[in-house]
Amino acid sequence: MVSSVANLLAVLAFAPFLLGVINRTKAVVAGRKGPPAFQVYYDLVKLFGKGFVASRTTTWVFLAGPVLSVAAPLVALILLPLAGLPATLSFPGDMLLFVGVFALARFFVAAAAMDTGSPFEGMGAAREVTFSALVEPALLFGMLALTRLSGSLSLTGMLDVRAAGAWQKASASVVLILASWFIVLLAENARVPFDDPNTHLELTMIHEAMVLDHSGPAFGFVLYGAALKLTVFAALLVTLLIPAGPGGGVLDLLLFAGGLAGVGVVVGLVESSMARLRLVRVPQLLVTATLLAGFAVVLLVR
Amino acid sequence: MTPTSLELLAIASALVAFSGLPGLLTPAGSRAAQRVASWCHVAGCALGVSAAALALAGSTAAATFPWALPGGALTFALDRLSAFFLVPVFVVAGLGSVYGEGYWAEAHHPGNGRKLRFFYGLATAGLALVMVAGDAWSFLTGWEIVSLAAFFLVTTDQDDAAALRAGWIYFVAAHAATLILFAMFALLRDATGGWLLAPSAALGSSVLLTPILLLALAGFGLKAGVIPLHVWIPDAHAAAPSHVSALLSGVVLKMGIYGLVRLFSMLPAYPTWLGLALLALGVTSGVLGVVMALAQHDLKRLLAYHSIENIGIILIGLGVGALGMAQGRLDWAVLGFAGGLLHVWNHAAFKALLFHAAGAVIHATGTREIDALGGLMRRMRFTGAAFLLGAVAISGLPPLNGFVSEWLISLASFRALTSGNGGVGMLGAAAAAPALALIGALAVACFVKATSAVFLGTPRGPHATRDVADASSSMRFTMGALALSCAALGLWPNGATAVSRRAADALLGARAGTAPSADLGALGTVPLFVLAVIAATAVAGMALMRPVALTTTWDCGYASGSPRIQYTASSFAQMLVRLFRWAVLPDEHRPRLDGAFPAAGPRFESHAPDPALDRVLLPLFARGRSLLGLLHVIQAGRIQTYLLYIVVTLVVLLAWSWSW
Repeated sequence: MVSSVANLLAVLAFAPFLLGVINRTKAVVAGRKGPPAFQVYYDLVKLFGKGFVASRTTTWVFLAGPVLSVAAPLVALILLPLAGLPATLSFPGDMLLFVGVFALARFFVAAAAMDTGSPFEGMGAAREVTFSALVEPALLFGMLALTRLSGSLSLTGMLDVRAAGAWQKASASVVLILASWFIVLLAENARVPFDDPNTHLELTMIHEAMVLDHSGPAFGFVLYGAALKLTVFAALLVTLLIPAGPGGGVLDLLLFAGGLAGVGVVVGLVESSMARLRLVRVPQLLVTATLLAGFAVVLLVR
Repeated sequence: MTPTSLELLAIASALVAFSGLPGLLTPAGSRAAQRVASWCHVAGCALGVSAAALALAGSTAAATFPWALPGGALTFALDRLSAFFLVPVFVVAGLGSVYGEGYWAEAHHPGNGRKLRFFYGLATAGLALVMVAGDAWSFLTGWEIVSLAAFFLVTTDQDDAAALRAGWIYFVAAHAATLILFAMFALLRDATGGWLLAPSAALGSSVLLTPILLLALAGFGLKAGVIPLHVWIPDAHAAAPSHVSALLSGVVLKMGIYGLVRLFSMLPAYPTWLGLALLALGVTSGVLGVVMALAQHDLKRLLAYHSIENIGIILIGLGVGALGMAQGRLDWAVLGFAGGLLHVWNHAAFKALLFHAAGAVIHATGTREIDALGGLMRRMRFTGAAFLLGAVAISGLPPLNGFVSEWLISLASFRALTSGNGGVGMLGAAAAAPALALIGALAVACFVKATSAVFLGTPRGPHATRDVADASSSMRFTMGALALSCAALGLWPNGATAVSRRAADALLGARAGTAPSADLGALGTVPLFVLAVIAATAVAGMALMRPVALTTTWDCGYASGSPRIQYTASSFAQMLVRLFRWAVLPDEHRPRLDGAFPAAGPRFESHAPDPALDRVLLPLFARGRSLLGLLHVIQAGRIQTYLLYIVVTLVVLLAWSWSW
């Protein structure tokens, strides 16, 4: 328990670095000098030191968005086994809470965007809730497949692929889940090919558009929340890919951090090598992710 | 002598049934008469809740009264299943009565307030009768009382053409359901050998089982609003006064669910097809219900379609439970049944809350049109917060009550996969969790749309800018009470799941005692923990996010923003409605725009008529009417002609009998 909490704190501190890794990767591939890997930390410090300008049209809901965008991934991290150690809090059915808190955050982030009365933010909010509706079933199908493999109803149990012998018994299903959840990671974290985090152009706007009016510390919350959320989804993939354990050592933590950074590099490479999809194509790719995970279940239940 | 729970309930029912009667004798506009009716009704409801609580705690009771009519005797039984359904009946109806004090004040509605209160009490008592009926006759009697009373409630505003239309559609649908139920109960008597609604071993081996279940799905489904039998729901909910909408959606629809559940409790075994059928109906109603809700512009129609969605969720729970029973797996059957039943309570709580809040908005602004509102959170703080809480709860989000029941049903889906050999039952159960996730995510989309278009941003028109004040104290009281119950059921889930487990035992048959219940309590204090994390983050946020300046919305530097450039409810939902246009069949009028500076005038319009009612049934009925017009030749309305028909028929029958 104590070491689980220690892992949790370490991941909380590590999260902004992951955004830095993606940005470094993109800079290297593009041949730019690029911002330093620790840039996000500097940004956070700067934002928290600033004043906060709010729109006159907004209410308390506008502030609930940034709060929930940090609280949700925080709860998710508490439910997630990190670096080979069991989760800080684990109970049968915790995967449903995992999905639920992100939905709660989405509700308030989108509502906060609508609270400004800005058409750009409305556009972002509408797209966010639309695409996320198609993402959630993919997550659930993957979790169902893992439950079938491990016989466990909690994230700690089902992500312990080493104990379940998942790679030996059903490597096809695990690969399908990994592919599906990588698409989920890109969609949920507003990365290319779903969204372009670099621009605020109307045509590409999803996540960044929703937070246009948040400034100073509020935007700091949003930025840190985004880093945490990316870390959570990367941790899901890393735990499946690197069946480390039993965990607890510094080596495990380093291996885990390396894995997370690896996911960051892959995301950076995807971002450098392809363009954003046209909006009408986005639902198709998301349904593909659901189907991939659905296949993983069918393979195991036949 | 202390009265039994059933006697207590009888007193409660009599109080609510006649609560509106004294008012009929007083002149219109009498405030005292409204007070008397409301207090009688509230007292009866309080008594009814305590009777139900007694029964839930174990003090069940039954009584039989001899009767000369067919059936021989009237039987009433108050068991845990009945008591479980009675709690929302009395809570929602009682709070609605208080709400009506402010919402339908006699001073403002002298023309129909007395009628409304009379039938409101009658409907409440009819609902109680349905839930305690021990035989088919008392069940159908209660059922008819509710059907007729609800017709007069929907048409409360008898001068409103839309309300009359909604009332007639409801009337036809309700009586189609009753007819189907007559056939169902007749077959049931053949299969079980009696009119009693008690577990029957003979039912399991009867060849009539399949037709009975199919008729029950149709008859009860029509009442509950299962797609494609949901035709009466949107119009009736939109036209009725808001506390009546809350009663219709929160409780009257549950009559259909109760009927199904009562029938299931009679089965000795569940056929697999029943579970699959429930699941298929549930997923269809759940997904299409919320998608059709997304396309709506009328706040109350939107909420009505969400009732269809929530009935779908309840059916998914019952379907997963039935599949578990068919497979002999009580470990997930108990989760499915308990989740489905708990959702009956949860839906009653948050839907009543949402209708009360929507009613407060309509009361203050005078419109149900979502796109005419906006920015009401500033002037209706309490109502806005209540609606937002209800929206979070109905979207199935932690830490509120909707999450708990959906969590149970999804957990059943996961539990199904932990062991066993697959098969169609397991695959079906596995589909429940992703389907619920899709439904939940779409509900988030719909309620972000509804909440923000009505309460957030800036006012879009004169309705939202005129002197809008927050709801009156009686309306705030009921919203507060319902919001508290949503929070309590969500934050202390173990109490809620323990109660629904007691009711679910009736569905688990003889082996109910052996069903494991460890999973049911797994949530424990977790929702409180989630709330604590959110609260801690909020405290940190409040310390840091202190606005130093207030200005206009930045909006990428666009300086002259007006309320008209905001995203409307329709534009917000457009992408999802497009994705599901094969089911919603929206009407879009898209004027052609010519040249670089098109002339002002042509307007874009979109409507979402009900696919089943407006596109299939009404055209069909219109055709049918012109065909049936041919019968006017023999159906002229002259009484002598009819007497002649009777004489001729009698002579023909007599001749026929003599010839044998």
